[in-house]
Amino acid sequence: MKALWDNIWTRRLISSLAAMAILAVVTGPPGSNLTPLAGFTGSFAERVSFFGLFKGQRWMVFFVFALVMFAIWWTWVSYGEQIKGALSKTLAAPQAATRRRPVRWGIAIVLIVVAALLPHVVTDPFWQAAMVEQIGVFVLLALGLNVVVGFAGLLDLGFVAFYAVGAYATAWVTGALPLPFLFGGRLDTFWAIPFALALVMLAGILLGTPTLRLRGDYLAIVTLGFGEIVTIFLNNLNGITGGAAGSGKIPYFSLNVGVVKYHWGLGPVPYYYLTLGFVVLFLIVFSLLEHSRVGRAWTAIREDEVAAESVGINPLKYKVMAFAIGAASAGFAGVMTAGQSLYIFPATFTLQLSINILVLVIFGGMGSIMGVLIGAIVIQTASMYLIHTPPAGYQPADLYIYLGALLVVMMIFRPAGLVPSRRRRREIGLAESGEGHMNEVLTGDTP
Amino acid sequence: MLEVHDAVVRYGAITALHGISFEVNQGEIVTLLGANGAGKTTTLRMLSGLHAPQSGQIMFEGQDVTTTKAHMFTSLGIGHVPEGRRIFPQMTVEENLEMGAFRRRGSYTEDIERMYETFPILKERRKQIGGNLSGGEQQMLAIGRALMGQPRLLLLDEPSMGLAPMIVDTIFRIIGEIRDSGTTVLLVEQNAAQALRLADRGYVMENGRIVFGDSASNLLTDARVRAVYLGENVES
Repeated sequence: MKALWDNIWTRRLISSLAAMAILAVVTGPPGSNLTPLAGFTGSFAERVSFFGLFKGQRWMVFFVFALVMFAIWWTWVSYGEQIKGALSKTLAAPQAATRRRPVRWGIAIVLIVVAALLPHVVTDPFWQAAMVEQIGVFVLLALGLNVVVGFAGLLDLGFVAFYAVGAYATAWVTGALPLPFLFGGRLDTFWAIPFALALVMLAGILLGTPTLRLRGDYLAIVTLGFGEIVTIFLNNLNGITGGAAGSGKIPYFSLNVGVVKYHWGLGPVPYYYLTLGFVVLFLIVFSLLEHSRVGRAWTAIREDEVAAESVGINPLKYKVMAFAIGAASAGFAGVMTAGQSLYIFPATFTLQLSINILVLVIFGGMGSIMGVLIGAIVIQTASMYLIHTPPAGYQPADLYIYLGALLVVMMIFRPAGLVPSRRRRREIGLAESGEGHMNEVLTGDTP
Repeated sequence: MLEVHDAVVRYGAITALHGISFEVNQGEIVTLLGANGAGKTTTLRMLSGLHAPQSGQIMFEGQDVTTTKAHMFTSLGIGHVPEGRRIFPQMTVEENLEMGAFRRRGSYTEDIERMYETFPILKERRKQIGGNLSGGEQQMLAIGRALMGQPRLLLLDEPSMGLAPMIVDTIFRIIGEIRDSGTTVLLVEQNAAQALRLADRGYVMENGRIVFGDSASNLLTDARVRAVYLGENVES
């Protein structure tokens, strides 16, 4: 018996069975207060069709899954190195090619063209709306948070505050708030963009200057607090924000400059192009920033703040810059939300949302613009798919179980994210081998 | 060049420096000696702006720098090689050197080449990341990075810490060369014998006070120094 337990493969088989048992319970039917155990018994005993092949009880299906998982595990341990070697050999040439500048530009142009044609391919109104409200807006939010978390290494748990400021600034400029806009006038929604950007960057500076003197965990806690403060203000400043009922009456996006008159109107497609334009703009700006003097200062601060000071970098200045620049794209996301859904209320801007955005950044790869872009699109598309065509037994609240599980799996197999930045991969490699600054942070070995 | 007058540094209720005064003159190597906890590192942290003194004054080239912020010191002409080296672990050797020139305007490629001449091993490792260098190579990189800021005064905090004796010899030879090329050096060291052989003058610190200072050759023969820091028996 002991010999059997000592065999690592026995334990791995048991782990596979346990993992699939958990998955069976998670995806199974819910219990109720009359039959509290139904969630468990039903998860295993309920009859299901096995991919339409034959009918059986759920436990059979998950038993097969466990065996498949065990087989993959066994294959990976036995042949993983060979597979990796073969993969890196075949991928070497394409990877070298993508490093060349003309190839990169070519890929970028192809991607933009594909993105521009997308609303003509995807004509389902659900998906057209989702591309703007759920995918486009979250790409903007994730790109902005990536500047703060990925580039400057500041864990911000209150990022949603900037999103809220952008949305409420739009409502203010268009005269939809109880607080009148300057001289009681009102502007087209399009003109809310510069105002919202200016206001969120100001908010970034105001929130950042006092808080960014803190480091690590302390900063995370204070930003968490600030995020909550903004939401509570929105909820309670009835005379300014309209309180918990929020603000309606925001007009559709429109632009009137002399002869140029354009109304975005009801359908999602025009909004899609506006969002796409700003996503491309922020992609370009953030890529340029990453390799600029400012980007190098951010990297230095992230790696070792004392050393950064010793070479003459003012940490506070560059951290506040990261806050303000990251806030800009969140502010624009706020304008899009307000200008398209026409209705904003404080309950949207929760801590949950801040954490969702952080998940997109971590999943995609902190500090990697391409990774964050892909990560945000993948996760948001997947969760929209679950809402659009929910599989049997799926409840909307389950989403976070899947996201959590996804993060756990990511942290084990790809800790640097889906498309890691070159530097992050090194950082995590160093931390795992017990060298470098990350380790110092963990052990509190800094003076 | 650098004058410290009666500087007091407190960490909360604990007084780390009880009013120390000393000076460093143009073109010399001055060393601060002392046991663990004597206040050597606190002194250097104060001189690089990481911890402002509660009272007292620091003058650099006739300018009061007592409350100057840490990131301004490079521009003033003071380079700091922090304790424990603190290179950027995920940047390559070359990127680390470039970071050293962060406050400079214009081209500095010539200076990077000069660093590679001074530290040939860094040229071999130029594309490797800092975290994968050996301790001695990291120390050389930290010194090179500080020199990239073109300092007139270089503060070195325990450059021999944790290094093999042969590497320490190399580092000390290079510190001598830095002085000869016109940069003044303030060296904090536990390795008193080697530091005093290299230095022009030295100060001995105990419990947050400077107990005495003299020329390095006098200190080397001083009975008290020999007993406490060079580990020799006074009677013999």
